[in-house]
Amino acid sequence: MPQHDVLVIGAGLAGQRAALSAAEGGASVGIISKVHPVRSHSNAAAGGINAALNPEDSWESHAFDTVKGSDYLGDQDAIEIMCREAPDEVLQLEHWGVTFHRNEEGKLGTRAFGGASAARTYYIADITGQALLHVLYEQLMKHDEVDRYEEWFTTALVRDDTGRIAGAVTRNIRDGSFELFTAKAVILATGGNGQIFNPSTNALICTGDGIAMAYQAGAPLMDMEMVQYHPTTLAGIGLLITEGARGEGAHLYNAEGERFMEKYAPNKMELASRDVVSRAEQTEIDEGRGFPDGTVALDITVVGAKRIHESLREIVNVGRDFAGTDITKEPIHIKPGNHYVMGGIKTDVNGQTDIPGLYAAGECACVSVHGGNRLGANSLLDTLIFGRRSGAHAAKQARSMSMPTPAGEELERERQLITEITSRDRTGRRISEIKAEMGKVMDADVSVFREEDRLRNALEVVKRLQEEAKTVSVDDKGAIFNQDVLSALELRFMLDNAECIVMGALERKESRGAQYRTDYPERNDEEWLKHINLTANGGDVPEISYSEVTMTQWEPEERKY
Amino acid sequence: MSETYTLKLRRYDPESGEAAYWSEYEVEQDPERSVLQGILDVRDGEDGSIAIRCSCRAAICGSCGVRINGKSALACNTQLGEAQAKVGAGNPIVVEPMGNMPVLKDLIVDMDAVHWKKIQRVVPWLLPEGDPPEREYIVPAEAMIDVTQSMACIQCGVCVSACLSLEVDPEFVGPAASAKAYRFVGDPRDGQHEERLRDLAEDPHGIYDCTHCFACIEVCPKDVAPMNQIMRLRRKATGDHEIKDKNNGYGHEHAFLNIVERYGTLHEPQLLPRSFGDGSLIRGQTEPGAVKQLIENFPTVVRALKAGKVPLKPSTVLHPKLPDQKNVRKIFKEIESKDERLEINMYIIGENAEDEMQGKSEEKGEA
Repeated sequence: MPQHDVLVIGAGLAGQRAALSAAEGGASVGIISKVHPVRSHSNAAAGGINAALNPEDSWESHAFDTVKGSDYLGDQDAIEIMCREAPDEVLQLEHWGVTFHRNEEGKLGTRAFGGASAARTYYIADITGQALLHVLYEQLMKHDEVDRYEEWFTTALVRDDTGRIAGAVTRNIRDGSFELFTAKAVILATGGNGQIFNPSTNALICTGDGIAMAYQAGAPLMDMEMVQYHPTTLAGIGLLITEGARGEGAHLYNAEGERFMEKYAPNKMELASRDVVSRAEQTEIDEGRGFPDGTVALDITVVGAKRIHESLREIVNVGRDFAGTDITKEPIHIKPGNHYVMGGIKTDVNGQTDIPGLYAAGECACVSVHGGNRLGANSLLDTLIFGRRSGAHAAKQARSMSMPTPAGEELERERQLITEITSRDRTGRRISEIKAEMGKVMDADVSVFREEDRLRNALEVVKRLQEEAKTVSVDDKGAIFNQDVLSALELRFMLDNAECIVMGALERKESRGAQYRTDYPERNDEEWLKHINLTANGGDVPEISYSEVTMTQWEPEERKY
Repeated sequence: MSETYTLKLRRYDPESGEAAYWSEYEVEQDPERSVLQGILDVRDGEDGSIAIRCSCRAAICGSCGVRINGKSALACNTQLGEAQAKVGAGNPIVVEPMGNMPVLKDLIVDMDAVHWKKIQRVVPWLLPEGDPPEREYIVPAEAMIDVTQSMACIQCGVCVSACLSLEVDPEFVGPAASAKAYRFVGDPRDGQHEERLRDLAEDPHGIYDCTHCFACIEVCPKDVAPMNQIMRLRRKATGDHEIKDKNNGYGHEHAFLNIVERYGTLHEPQLLPRSFGDGSLIRGQTEPGAVKQLIENFPTVVRALKAGKVPLKPSTVLHPKLPDQKNVRKIFKEIESKDERLEINMYIIGENAEDEMQGKSEEKGEA
């Protein structure tokens, strides 16, 4: 039975950063991941990381842009912390060896990004997330006192008799064995849940595991309805074309050759915040000015071939391999697509959830710094700042604590669940069928434009699928790399996530950030300038409560770009 | 337009006690969709027990390295239509686990045992000298872009799978770990360049174990060009740090150059002795210490003669110079007159921009 002061679940940027900072704080640390750490989805964050590092820039300006981008739903105390600490975090990464782009003087250079009033995005070509993730993993290899459990799948959180977190139950994917990990603190850094939508820019591993496990353990989820549709994704498969393209100057056109952003955001044009650009595109497409494949065009050729090769190389490959388009020579067809969940496990500015000893950081958490809409290049920052803060806080707490005693029955319960799944008769639906139906209804009814009837329909479908998921059958009965049985567990996690997203979207009867209700098209600060919290209470649907949005210095204003 | 493809997958269930076997499956898909999508379709619709690591579907996470029709690649960025064209209509698309690594189940290999062990071997973290500056390190923009080619590596192991040297010498540090090493040796912030290079040059399974077969460059899905990084490590080891390694990598490179400068073409019988010494064996210019190494290499020489690699005829001993050998010398002089070594990084400029770039540097008199 492995024991650690701090157990981190998930080894993307937030998880690895948390592990490094907890270890620096003197804690014994274990880090668990269902895939090898460098396979994590932090890889996909292409464009960059925001920080007000230039003397001409200020953290207040970065914070205001973030508050405005969030449509005033972000908590301003948390946003202030993130933006204040951003410059030091970027410098820490640089000192660890991140190969950030340099300007002619050899200093850190920036690029422009959406919703930002200054060029404050630091980057490595268009592989920023990948470069950061691999450099953090270099540091993790260096600090071999951190125990790495690579390709272990966590199935449930464990609490002790007092309700405090006590560890987690985990299955070693390589041999099928189960372990009960005991820990004084558990940090969830399991990423987002984009796989409940189809298509999505998210990797197949983004199944909201941590969000669902925290929810099942009784931690509230916050603002789950806030799901970002990224303006530039490939039709059909949903792969991401980085915002860096527009940051470098690319234009959007409808099928009539009109640079339509002039109508929607005359000042910021293509670099308005993502919710604004996605809605603009969807309006063009819905009103018949898109291309026959339901897309609009992104023209990157204006950036110039050399600059494209130097700084947007990854999308040259994506265009060539997945769309048959040479982006240096012709426009590429794109549409809004599921990309990011702003909502998640409710935490404070140290990553603490409402369950003592349980932390969350990164996309699975909702601090909330993104509120109703996340700005591009703020997600990498969020993972690192709050990953670090969670790790440090957990390590400090652990110093004055003794190792908790897990109640114990969870290990047997989880083991039996797997046995039960693998021994089912093949009468139920296939996992893939349920997942496909979920993905379809979420994308159809819970996307850029939402309304009561369609949300009700989505909820009905999700509730039915939850029942069907209880009887799915699997083909693989083995222990070693049984990915089939893990898919059954992920399906259960995804459906919990889906239910909470729909519930939040139904509850919020206004339009704010990524939530646009055609039946309530206005932002309503009077009634809805508040967070929506969802808690599992053993009933049929989650219990709904509200919490205040923390305001420090920015009063809500009308949002124009 | 969707078409029917037959996927022939190498299956292996370690729990069955049976040997690996082949299974064929049919899928309907568009030719632009990936081989990975084909496999996932089979898994979703027919047999959920097929094991393959995969995640991003976009060639950024590096999970789905396999061999398709014998060639190492990522399953997610190999299109079905393209894979079918390679084998011809009517034949199955063959998918096997990667090579040079033990198979754990179906298409999953043990990367820890091989790939990650080699990565660990090169001390894969930055070792700066002294305390970091208050702000960022000031380094040339080009240097950062240059090492970004190595940073573009996603650790998928496809080059490790394809490496022919690794097949012969499993201890070879290999293409991926060498590219990782260059990421530090090319990084001006690292303070251990010479130590790193010496370590990899002295290791009998280090940078001089590569045989320039280009396989890693050909298969790399991210244009990391691992072999180019190995060559850069060698040039830095020999040219910048004059590391005279006991593998004679240094001597070999210099012998090669000297012979070509002198004769215009390679004089093979001279290559081995000159690699071990400073001059001609015939004229007795070889260092005494090198004689032992020469004797040790005698069996290799015999094998080369037997295989006809070095023909036994008069010109083998009396190697003629090229008629216009002067021009070869001119090239050498021209290159030696430069202050800095010219390294063209195709990764930065892109294949299309190559001509344009060369044109520009010619104008400036750099090429």
